[in-house]
Parts: sequence; C-alpha cells; structure tokens
Amino acid sequence: MKISKEKFGQSFDALTADYQIIAPIADVNGVNYQVVKNFSEVKQDYLNSKLPPKSFLFPQHEKLLSYKKEGKDVIVKNELKVGKTVLFGIRPCDAKGMLLLDKVFKNDAYTDPYYFERRDNTVVIGVACNKIAPTCFCSSMGISPSSSEGSDIFLIDLGDSYQVEAVTEKGKAIAASLVELVELTTEEQAQVDTIKNAQTTSKVDVATITSKLGTMFNHAYWDTLQEKCIGCNACSFSCPTCHCFDISEEVRKNEGTRVRTWDGCMSPLFTLHGSGHNPRNKHEARWRQRMMHKFNYFVQNNGDIACVGCGRCIKSCPVNLDIRQAIDGVNKAELVVE
Amino acid sequence: MEQNPYIPIKMRLAKNLVETEDRNINTFTLEFLNKEDEENFKYMPGQFAELSAFGYGEAPFGIATSPTEPGVLKFSVAKVGCVSNALHLMEEGTMVGVRGPMGNYYPLEEFKGKNLVIIGGGFAFTTLRSLAVYMLDEKHRGDYGDITVIYGARNPGLLLYKDELAEWENNPNINLVTTIDRPAEGWTKHVGFIPSITEQIAPSSVDTYAVVCGPPAMIKFTLPVLEKLNFPPERIYTSLEMRMKCGLGICGRCNIGTEYVCKDGPVFSMAQLKELPNEY
Repeated sequence: MKISKEKFGQSFDALTADYQIIAPIADVNGVNYQVVKNFSEVKQDYLNSKLPPKSFLFPQHEKLLSYKKEGKDVIVKNELKVGKTVLFGIRPCDAKGMLLLDKVFKNDAYTDPYYFERRDNTVVIGVACNKIAPTCFCSSMGISPSSSEGSDIFLIDLGDSYQVEAVTEKGKAIAASLVELVELTTEEQAQVDTIKNAQTTSKVDVATITSKLGTMFNHAYWDTLQEKCIGCNACSFSCPTCHCFDISEEVRKNEGTRVRTWDGCMSPLFTLHGSGHNPRNKHEARWRQRMMHKFNYFVQNNGDIACVGCGRCIKSCPVNLDIRQAIDGVNKAELVVE
Repeated sequence: MEQNPYIPIKMRLAKNLVETEDRNINTFTLEFLNKEDEENFKYMPGQFAELSAFGYGEAPFGIATSPTEPGVLKFSVAKVGCVSNALHLMEEGTMVGVRGPMGNYYPLEEFKGKNLVIIGGGFAFTTLRSLAVYMLDEKHRGDYGDITVIYGARNPGLLLYKDELAEWENNPNINLVTTIDRPAEGWTKHVGFIPSITEQIAPSSVDTYAVVCGPPAMIKFTLPVLEKLNFPPERIYTSLEMRMKCGLGICGRCNIGTEYVCKDGPVFSMAQLKELPNEY
C-alpha cells in the first residue's frame, strides 16, 4: 500500500499535536536529525545524516538528577522527563543500531530508566535508502538498504508517494491514522522490487572475524593498526552503536546536577584509575578494545556484531582510518599460537 | 517502573574516623536515615557501593562492614581523588548519597565446610574485613573450618582497624598474622612482605580456599606462593579494581573482555581470570 506525499505530509503535521517529531533536515553542517514542526522542513533526498539519531534516546549530555544542599542536608530531584516522540526518516542501519542499544541499556541485572523511558515513548519511522554512499557497507553486516528491522513503520520513497509497511504494533497504530492508502501500480511495484534488491557495493567479510579476534589479543597487528589514530573519538561519537558514557557533576554554589555525557574508549582517561594505574595505557590497547568490543565481546554477550555498516566512522575520521580496512587487516593477520 | 538505579539513597555521615598514622585513610560510618532503605540494602561481603559527595561526584568503594552489623555501612577510603578528598573533609552529620550494593560477592556458600586463608595488603583490607566479620559471626562461624588472616602494611601505623585486630589476636576462632614491611620500634610480630610471610606460615591447602586482596604487586607475588602451596586456581579468589562509573554494567568503562567488573565482578577466581584477557 502507498500514500501520496501530500497526504502523508498532512498526517505528519497532525502528529505534531501529540508527538515531538525528529526528522532529517539540511543545515550548514549537512543533514542532521532535528525537531521539526512541518513536513515541508524534512530533507528527503539524502545519503545519511552526519550524526546518528541515537542522541534522541541517549543524549550526548543529559541530567540524571539535580540537588540542592541545605546545610548538612541535601534535597535530590530525579530529572527523568520524557515525552512522546516520532523519529522520522531513520535509515535501516540506524534502526538496527537502536535494537543493539536496547541490548546494552538493559542487562540481566539492570534497566536504564532514562534510555528506556524514551525508547518506550518513541515510534521509529524508517525509510529505505534509494541511494547508497560509497562508505556504506550495511549489506555486509546482515542489514540491507531496504531492511525494515528496527522500524515501527517502514517507508519506501517512490518519488511522489511512499510505500507503507507497518512493522510493529506501535507502527500499526500510527499507520491507522494515515488516510487514503491505495494500491501500488505495476510500475511502482517494480520500483519497490528494485530498491528492495539493492545491496551496498562496498563489502567486508565478517564471517570469521569474531573467532579470529578471539585468538588475537596479543597480536602485533594492533601496533600497526593504531599508528595513524589521534584518539579524537570522532568514530565513537558518530557511531550508532557506541554507548559508553561518563557521569560527572555540574555545580554552582549549593546547587548542582549530575549529568551523563558520551565518552569513548579511544580516550586514555577513559580507564585511568585514581591510583594512576591504567589498564589500557597504550593506544594500541584502545584500538584493540574498539575492535574486540564491536566484533567479539558484544557478539559473545549479545549475539550481534556491534557495527551496522553506516560508514560514519569512515567519513568522520580526520586521519582516514577505515574500519573496513581494519576488518580486512584482522582477516589477513597471521594466526599466532599463544 | 522499578527504582531508578542512578538515584542514590541518602545516608548520614555519623563518624569520620582517621584510620592511619599518615592521615591518608579514613573510615566513614554512614547511618541509614530510612528504615526502608536499610531493609532494601541487602549486601554480602565483597560488594561495593557508589558514594556521592554532593558537589564533587561519585566514586566506587568496597563495603567494609558485614551484613551481620546492621544499621550502618562503613567504608575505609584513601584520599586520592576528588570524591575521596571531599569525603575526608566532610563534617559529621553531612548527607552522603549511596548507590548499591553493587557487584558480586565472595562465594560464601562454596566456602562452607572449608578452611579459609584471607590475605590482605594495605587498605585493600576493607572487604576482607567484611568477609572475616561475617564468618566470625556466631550464626555463621560453625559453617566454616579454620580461618587464617594474613594482613600486612608498610608500617604499624598504616594497619586498619587496629582495635579489631587486637581483639582477633585473642580470639580462638581466628588465627591472625600481621606483618609490616620493615622493622619498627615496639613491633614484635612478623616483619616481611606478604608473599614471604605467606610462604613462611605455609597454610595447608587441604580443603582450603584463599582470598587475596591488595595492591597489584602484592597479588602478583602472592599467587605463585599459593600455587606452590598447592592451592588450585579455582580455590583462589581476588577482587579487581577498575575505574567504574555507572556500576550497572552499562557505561562500558570497566570491561575486561566480555566481563564488566562492576556487575560480573569485582570478585573473580584465579581460574576465571586465567580465561580473561590480561587487561586489569
């Protein structure tokens, strides 16, 4: 079934009454997800946003609590406030990224209330990629440019209209509010089939990377891999699955807030102990951690590789380190019997 | 929704005791303000908690009390960073935030019916004190065999819990061995580093578990001694220290391989550690 973009736009605008809508818009920094009020603001023809939409579930900076000191006493206030949100125009790589973050923010012992309050109140409207960037390699990661996994509603852009697929119960409820859904024409069906069959041209082989990495903790490969890296963490911050954070305090006189902010394993301070000891004091150890976490530890703990092939880390790296080459390097590294 | 694990419960600093001669380690006695919080705070020896000094931040510390000592929690903390300095300077009566208990604990069920050798160095003795006090409690003492404690510090003034150590010396339920690194005036007990004193005491490894906690160098040199005494890696336990923030296995800071020290640890057997990457 499809809906004309004109009709879709009307439904979209109507949704703003109940939801905060986040959608891709073009600004001086490229295309990014921001709050929009009107469908006409939405950028529809784009390869991928500069930053992933993870920040709407896991903000770069968020208040956990605030407090006020009164003499020796302290009044603490929970700062968890969440409204209903629609994330529109989410690419399949990012939608899958959210499914992976779900696994991080809920483990066998704890559920992160800040993440899940947002997650539970968020509807994801995904859109298939009609164009594929040279840095995209989602097809290698078991995703495709037209994969609906992770979306509540999934759209395929047919020019003047969208093909609509309601994927989850949450998505069906929203889809029900879309009026004038009509059948696709034969030509449009052919267009849909072409988009659905598309794959990324850039590919990497991750078939054996998890087991190979399991043998490579002490491999000399890490020494060469990290040589160019300046440890800026741009890769982590632009990654839809990276989720490490710091907790710190912002204080003014007797009042303060406890905040959490994105952090990344490329920083030497990330693991520095109070005693001065640092278990990952060398850059090679931090690169190893990045690769191991994404392609081995995460797989062991959660059953998936923590990379969705969005290519942002490749685009954002100031020294042109390419995770596809890093993966190739692991594949080609000589096996060492320890 | 279940309780928000990032919001600390409030406790009051009842006592801020200078523990060591160098005034670098204080023991904080925190009182529960709320009966319900006390009932919900169910912990076991080996666990830790995140303490908030409001205005400075939060940091993880091992719990020095045993669950057999209700009403308060004690933490012995060295003055090394922002939060620990703030705690050291804190006036009695001030409110402190506490999140926890966190992490796993010493496998006390597994220890039942066995002898225990508890080896501690420096101020890492905190959770070992918790363990010893728990086992010495009359409700539990019958569950365990011989309890030997080998505890060392650089000099006599740096030993923690001096009153309690004096009491244990005369307690037939526990065999206490204290040592200092170099001879000191008035010191009549052992002199020497923990590994050599352990070798000298040579506790039997038959039906015995060893729990080791201390600075990395002490652990590094004590383990070969235990191996020489025929302690298998499955019967040696230790606690790891990492830079932890959330304490919930989420923030990604303290992982060693697939394990998160804050959630899957801090207590690990040497057999487990042999399976993990050497990155701690």
